[in-house]
Amino acid sequence: MASVFEYAPAPESRAIADIAPSYGLFIDGEFVEAADGKVFKTVSPSTEEVLSEVARAGSEDVDRAVKAARRAFEKWSALPGAERAKYLFRIARIIQERSRELAVLETLDNGKPIKETRDADLPLVAAHFFYYAGWADKLDHAGFGANPRPLGVAGQVIPWNFPLLMLAWKIAPALATGNTVVLKPAETTPLSALFFADICRQAGLPKGVVNILPGYGDAGAALVSHPDVNKVAFTGSTAVGKEIARTVAGTRKKVTLELGGKGANIVFDDAPIDQAVEGIVNGIFFNQGQVCCAGSRLLVQESIQEELLDSLKRRLSTLRLGDPLDKNTDIGAINSEEQLTRITSLVEQGEAEGAERWSPACELPESGYWFAPTLFTNVTQAHTVARDEIFGPVLSVLTFRTPDEAVAKANNTPYGLSAGIWTEKGSRILAVAGKLRAGVVWSNTFNKFDPTSPFGGYKESGFGREGGRHGLEAYLDV
Amino acid sequence: MPSSALTAAHPLKDVAASDSALRRFLHGLPGVDAVGLEGRAASLGTRSIKTTAKAYAIDLAISMVDLTTLEGADTPGKVRALGAKAVKPDPTDRTTPSTAAVCVYPDMVAVAKEAVAGSGVKVASVATAFPAGRAALDVKLADVRDAVAAGADEIDMVIDRGAFLSGRYLKVYDEITAVKEACGTSARLKVIFETGELSTYDNIRRASWLGMLAGADFIKTSTGKVAVNATPANTLLMLEAVRDFRAQTGIQVGVKPAGGIRTSKDAIKFLVLVNETAGEDWLDNHWFRFGASSLLNDLLMQRQKLATGRYSGPDYVTVD
Repeated sequence: MASVFEYAPAPESRAIADIAPSYGLFIDGEFVEAADGKVFKTVSPSTEEVLSEVARAGSEDVDRAVKAARRAFEKWSALPGAERAKYLFRIARIIQERSRELAVLETLDNGKPIKETRDADLPLVAAHFFYYAGWADKLDHAGFGANPRPLGVAGQVIPWNFPLLMLAWKIAPALATGNTVVLKPAETTPLSALFFADICRQAGLPKGVVNILPGYGDAGAALVSHPDVNKVAFTGSTAVGKEIARTVAGTRKKVTLELGGKGANIVFDDAPIDQAVEGIVNGIFFNQGQVCCAGSRLLVQESIQEELLDSLKRRLSTLRLGDPLDKNTDIGAINSEEQLTRITSLVEQGEAEGAERWSPACELPESGYWFAPTLFTNVTQAHTVARDEIFGPVLSVLTFRTPDEAVAKANNTPYGLSAGIWTEKGSRILAVAGKLRAGVVWSNTFNKFDPTSPFGGYKESGFGREGGRHGLEAYLDV
Repeated sequence: MPSSALTAAHPLKDVAASDSALRRFLHGLPGVDAVGLEGRAASLGTRSIKTTAKAYAIDLAISMVDLTTLEGADTPGKVRALGAKAVKPDPTDRTTPSTAAVCVYPDMVAVAKEAVAGSGVKVASVATAFPAGRAALDVKLADVRDAVAAGADEIDMVIDRGAFLSGRYLKVYDEITAVKEACGTSARLKVIFETGELSTYDNIRRASWLGMLAGADFIKTSTGKVAVNATPANTLLMLEAVRDFRAQTGIQVGVKPAGGIRTSKDAIKFLVLVNETAGEDWLDNHWFRFGASSLLNDLLMQRQKLATGRYSGPDYVTVD
């Protein structure tokens, strides 16, 4: 729709992110080629342009990296906490100094808008390193008894939706507690982790403390099953999480899993409507809905359904989709062709099952992977779009009549990662929040993150907590 | 254009049938979550407005300024100078739009009227015992009639905040309708809430609806005379109110943030709020105004910068 107030393009310069034509694996403080010489390409989802060629880790590389981490562990874990804190603080400050560069890089490699990498991802990444740096010399006072000990080598596998933030969630607590790390970033978004490897060198981090192995699922599987890995941390799909749980079962490895979700966002009839609309938008369209804790199921009280949906549709019509490097873009590209195919097929299934599909008038760019913000109304609990995690900008709207019904529907899912409650009544917030089986319950807000706040799920959304004091426990022998 | 007052047949007319009915209606409006409201206003503030969009926004903002002098020391000379500036804000560039209005005290209306005669620039006047509003209704109405008789095109009235805060909504409503009547058909009525004194966002939403139900043509944040005046958040809230009011009644009401908006950058952020909240129907000086005095010069300097590629300086725009 042409507007009288057209915002002229305001693209962030991509020149600030100096991407090399090729990258190696980061093992024992050095960038090296894969043992079998394999490489893969990483592309920009918004243009399909090849950004760089990256070494692809195999099982031999995993073994090399784990050995390097094991050697480094002896010295690293013996350092006083205050010494480890210095490195972490240094890393945090370098991340802040290089945040514009990292934001641009992440936007290029992931496809999410620069507005989000600049204003959400990077500040949180730095905050996590600062937060866990603060814990490194206070572990005796964390509530796990005196002198809690690190586990050893942590094998970490992270997803493509928040590449650098998930790295921070994994690496910061691991290093603060004295563990060393072998981390495998996702195959579609390896670049920011490789830039992070450079930051580790810039910070003078001892060799082998952090190792980065870009690669595919085979490398992840090799890392998880490596006999000398003491701790496995994984964020990603529930299917892979189950696979990992089977792999580590019967071993002495500790494991934390952050898996899928189908978060319920419950709007009561006395909610602050305008802010609820913003919260719904933020809950499902943040990062194109590619968020495990997305509020992908809207549960709205029947009495305000019409009013709320009108407001929501009007609001969706103002969302700006396009070049993720444009500072005014609200909705960027879907991370990969594979993910786009998955979203498309689930949405088609939703239509076939009789849910009513709606999207605002929205032009999609010709190249790249794009999906328009989508609403489904007339959805019931039995619909696939109300049960399966879509991991895309697709919101399913259901209704309820009473608070009990809202709670019953919200909990009626195999997942249990997040939920939201919108009401002006404080007592209702407390009453409902206590009944929701979800790791995070937001009230009158959604998708707010903070390093001090633990995060993790129930049921098929995983186990263990990341963030906060609880996040330390997963890396300590307690 | 529909009449701004609700007709007797309109369903919302009954909400002012009694104090208790009015209270029930106003307290039944959706609440406002302060954190969410301020967060939304801040996020819209990060829109990056460059090049052609900036040039458009600056000209639009200039055309929306109510160029204001509200000092005890105002003289006819000062008001004439202000009027001349409103008509031709930048004598070095005749493509610069005029401002929307000049805003003066009632005793200066005749002078202002003469200064802007034939230009299309309106004369607005702050009546009703501005800025405190602490006078008897008769006095306030006399103030209004005086300004209207002198030729004021617009009346900026302050509400009785004391009555509002003590819950006597009907008294506020009745005062507004009386002032509206005193404006007659010739003057549009802007109702000033002094949002800084209303203190909560819930109150600002209620006041906005109260003003619109009583027949305001514009709702305005503040007098510019207290510590907290227009903010992105309270303006966003009022834009939501006019949007919702039009959806329910078909009547469009204007919005005027006033006080504290000094830079082009700030003004553009407000225009983004208008664009993305109420929508483009409000991107016009008939429906949106800036109550400001120092804003204009910054807009002019930014306009010169866009035209020449260089910053000039305060000596290249007139002091008033």
